[in-house]
Amino acid sequence: MINLLTPEFFFTVIRVTTPILFAAMAAVICNKAGVVNIALEGIMLTAALTGVLVSGFTQSLVLGAIGGIVGGVFIAFLLAYFALYLKTDIVLGGIALNLLTVGGTVFVMFAVTGDKGATNSVRSLQFPAVNIPFIEDIPILGTVLSGHNFLTYLAILMVFLVFFLLYKTTFGLRLRAVGENPDAASSVGIDVSKVKLYALLLSGVIASFGGMYMSMAYLKLFTTNMVSGRGYIALAAAAMGQANPIGTTIASLLFGFMESVGYQLQSRGIPSQFINMVPYISTIVGLVLYSMYRQNQLKRKKEIKLHEEAKS
Amino acid sequence: MSLRILFNLCLLTKQGETMQEIVKMENILKVYPNGIVANQSVNFSIVEGEIHALVGENGAGKSTLMKILFGIEQFTDGKILLNGQEVKFNNPQEAIKHGIGMVHQHFMLVPSLTVAENVVLGDEPRKAGGLLDINRAIKETQDIADRYHFDINPKMKVEDCSVGTKQKIEILKALFHGAKVLILDEPTAVLTPQETTELFKELMLLKEKGHTIVFISHKLNEVKEISNRITIMRAGKDVGTYHTDKVSKEDISNLMVGREVIWDLEKTKAKPKDVTVRVENITLVNEHKRRLLDDVSFSLRQGEILGVVGVEGNGQRELVDVLTGLQRVSAGKIAIMNENTDKFSIRQIRDLGLSHIPEDRMTLGVAEFASIEDNLLSIYFDKKDFLNGPFLKLKEINVWAKEKVKDYTVKTGSEKSPVKMLSGGNIQKVVVAREFSNNPKIIVADQPTRGIDVGAAQFIHKKLIELRDNGSAVLLVSADLTEVMDLSDSLIVFYNGKIVAYFEDASKLTEMELGLYMLGLKSQTEEEVRRCVYA
Amino acid sequence: MLKGLFKKGTVDQRFEVIRFAVAIFLAIVMAFILILLVSKEPFEALGYLFLGPISKFRKFGNVIETAIPLTFLGLSVSIMFSANQFNMGSSGALFIGGTIAAIVGLVLPLPFGIHPIVAMLAAGVVGGLLTSIPAIVKLKWGASELVSSLMLNFVALNLGLYLILNHFRDLTAGSLSSLPLLETVLLPTLVSGTRIHFGLIIVIIMVILAWLFLAKTKWGYALRMTGMNINFAKYSGISTAAVVLYSQFIGGFLAGMGGAVEIIGMYDRFKWQFMPSYAFDGVIVAVLAKKNPLYVPIAAVLLAYIRVGADTMSVNSDVSYEMISIIQGFIIIMIAANAFLKQYRQRMVVKEATQHD
Repeated sequence: MINLLTPEFFFTVIRVTTPILFAAMAAVICNKAGVVNIALEGIMLTAALTGVLVSGFTQSLVLGAIGGIVGGVFIAFLLAYFALYLKTDIVLGGIALNLLTVGGTVFVMFAVTGDKGATNSVRSLQFPAVNIPFIEDIPILGTVLSGHNFLTYLAILMVFLVFFLLYKTTFGLRLRAVGENPDAASSVGIDVSKVKLYALLLSGVIASFGGMYMSMAYLKLFTTNMVSGRGYIALAAAAMGQANPIGTTIASLLFGFMESVGYQLQSRGIPSQFINMVPYISTIVGLVLYSMYRQNQLKRKKEIKLHEEAKS
Repeated sequence: MSLRILFNLCLLTKQGETMQEIVKMENILKVYPNGIVANQSVNFSIVEGEIHALVGENGAGKSTLMKILFGIEQFTDGKILLNGQEVKFNNPQEAIKHGIGMVHQHFMLVPSLTVAENVVLGDEPRKAGGLLDINRAIKETQDIADRYHFDINPKMKVEDCSVGTKQKIEILKALFHGAKVLILDEPTAVLTPQETTELFKELMLLKEKGHTIVFISHKLNEVKEISNRITIMRAGKDVGTYHTDKVSKEDISNLMVGREVIWDLEKTKAKPKDVTVRVENITLVNEHKRRLLDDVSFSLRQGEILGVVGVEGNGQRELVDVLTGLQRVSAGKIAIMNENTDKFSIRQIRDLGLSHIPEDRMTLGVAEFASIEDNLLSIYFDKKDFLNGPFLKLKEINVWAKEKVKDYTVKTGSEKSPVKMLSGGNIQKVVVAREFSNNPKIIVADQPTRGIDVGAAQFIHKKLIELRDNGSAVLLVSADLTEVMDLSDSLIVFYNGKIVAYFEDASKLTEMELGLYMLGLKSQTEEEVRRCVYA
Repeated sequence: MLKGLFKKGTVDQRFEVIRFAVAIFLAIVMAFILILLVSKEPFEALGYLFLGPISKFRKFGNVIETAIPLTFLGLSVSIMFSANQFNMGSSGALFIGGTIAAIVGLVLPLPFGIHPIVAMLAAGVVGGLLTSIPAIVKLKWGASELVSSLMLNFVALNLGLYLILNHFRDLTAGSLSSLPLLETVLLPTLVSGTRIHFGLIIVIIMVILAWLFLAKTKWGYALRMTGMNINFAKYSGISTAAVVLYSQFIGGFLAGMGGAVEIIGMYDRFKWQFMPSYAFDGVIVAVLAKKNPLYVPIAAVLLAYIRVGADTMSVNSDVSYEMISIIQGFIIIMIAANAFLKQYRQRMVVKEATQHD
């Protein structure tokens, strides 16, 4: 078991956590604003495709990234529009958009490239891996931390950016107020719908990077349904992390850890299907454990109060 | 009595002319879309630098009037003058800009944010690039707090603050946004006596600093203690403005509770029999350690209507919740039909023969998108008479439903229409039709005629009397004094979670007297109160 | 006469019909635009989409046979959504149901007539147990059934694949599939010249049973009231916890059964290599059918028609099959848009009110 935890393993953990972390940060912003963004899956998938297509046709990584973001934000915008202004149930709308994008991305892929299963014919670009000068020479730590894809470092940076946005800016203050007590926010003149709209769009931008990681960093192409539920796992991570950026990062790493353990087990003769199940089962277990913990907390709070009253 | 008041009015008019009038509301009319007249020909003026109390019973219209002043609502007709200029506030922001601030009964605070963050929300000091200048926010909050001698810590999270502190934060918020006129809506409703004393000290300081305060309340002791003038409202109209030291609490009470409508009820004398509900020493404590019910004991007997009177928020709601199984008591025992219901589910309590008309009919009483028929069925759907094995006898149910709609005069095209299409009174009739149809042994009716038309109300009253005559025990909880005094055989009065009076014969009471007990100005001895407990 | 029928309902009902029709119309327009954008011969493609299914008798047979699993899925979701449970586990239940049926079809030799029934029941029970997991988790610990049910779909997919490919695989077959199932478990063809199988009869029976359950039994009543207003249901003494549990079990049972019927009806062995594309169609069928079991088959046929049309189109033109995902997502989101055409509804209400004065 101990030879599992090699520096290479932890490198894999960080690598695997990247897309989940992006989506989880997007979920954090939405949770804090009091909006449920189920459509993260669809946003990531769309961004994965549009990034590939634009980068392939323009042969520019920057334009490709912009393309990916535009694709993801478009889906986020659709959700915002239907949920906030046309009053579609936001959960149902998110599910509908996820269904839409699974087939929709294949449709667009076929229409534009003629490929059906994967964008084999598109010479799309990839974000480069980065070797950090001093760190890469440090034994053990160097193996773990250096040499990751550019987007992985961006994901780490994103955690700090999200933290900064939420806790150090006026926008973040208002966003948290809207999420926790919209009446209090509107009573001081804050436009609650607008804030929620911005939260959704912002989450679209961040989640898009998660999608692009799949098709422009980890792999160099788009394949059908390549996000495989990471958008939902990210939701679970944000729930477990109580929508706190730090807690969510830890939860995301936990899921990344489980996924990496799965890959290690693959080489030990365990059937691939069980390996595949690992991320999903760990998500359910994580959710259950978290809910148990929370229920326990509430119960204990109540007991303490009643106990204090009995004494007084 | 009326002569004294006339005299005081003269005194008042004389003095009013010499002081600076800061706000004047003229002939305010407010009619809601459902037809309810909340304010009618109300005249209200505030003088600069005074503490002005606005008193009245629940539903008298005082909150509505202030919501109009603060821009949350708009008047249907009338005029508002601010320092002589005519104004109309379409939203709170406009009122705030004109220096009016309001502290609501339900705090508008964000629990996980700090005091300073809550105070500056919406008007935050900024650094370059949209950054929150938290240091300046803290400093500015501290400055205001110091200026008004508020003892608070700007860095503390609101969720960790006591209720009294939270209220101070709300006041600070209003002051931060530049309020010169402060409206406080029932501020002491959630405070302990100590916190109330502190609040009053602060209000006096605010007054010294030149602020003007409007204090909505029904607690006459406090009103007497702190206000300069009092305006009394009753049933949507204003009943006069007086100098506080020129009117007694009894005067105020009388003006507040005078009756408007005489119901035309024929009621024979009650002949109560066996005890069906025994409440013994129940206490209910909330998370803030407040005793919502404080050592309450009484009995409810067959064949009587026991009215529960009191200003809202004195424990009546909680009493209904624990009787019907929606909440558990912290201490004490409840026995219904001689069975201890401490651990009973709602279903089990219902099976004992208890029916319940809930105060909040849209949340608990009906499923608004379901049909009238489905709503009628909800407590009968698994009874043997309506079932054929697991199958509902739909034809029979439909015939039964049609009958109910007819018997209870529910105005509808069809019993299949969804409930939300009905008017409030008809929705209540559906609830009543359901709850009364199984010959309930006990009925708990909580505000049964609130917000419904006179015709429907009278119908429900007749039904309640009918049930009483057939041997049911009725607990009638109502903030409508007229209703509860006319319908009830006996009355208990709640104040601060305790029963402070029991009147075996309600017909001998005047509303003036009742008012005194309701407002805490008078209370019976423990022995006298104990009489409501029967063997 | 249609107008007279139209005027019969309440304002709300009439408004809903209009809104529904507009949403469908807009969806058709969208399909049209999409095809125009991507196809070199748009009108031909459109022709295949809308007329393909009725171009040949066999094609229409495809519509019916496709509608069978769609109906099962639609029933499943309708029941769960009627209780206001957002359990998305129908697809997982379908897949595992198919797996169980295949296993029963391989290892349990039973006489004809009994064998398929046992297969279907076993599949239903396992499917129901699968979708009960989110229900239990919600009841015990308050965790949302949405995420946990979605995760379970992936688990069911992998579990099913593992079982078939590692224990029942036919190594001589060209593609990944199980050994051929025993003949006694297979459902016979119903209409010769098509692939319509006995499952059609079964699904019709289930539609009727589902409708009876929901509309005519006490459990169905309790389920619907819980879905309409859970507080009202609790206050009336209904055991809402039981409803939460059995609504999700029944939903999974139906989906599992659907998976079984599909495997033993359409095929002679387990052939699914991934989650079938229609596995997520339960939601749109339920939304189109307004959660009413009697309308589910109609919605299922409609959807099946579009699917077959899209399939025909993708084979004969340059527009890919996946276009219907876009249309489906769009329809769901539009039909559920409560504020859509809000102003129009206001006018209708006012008109109705003034007419009666």
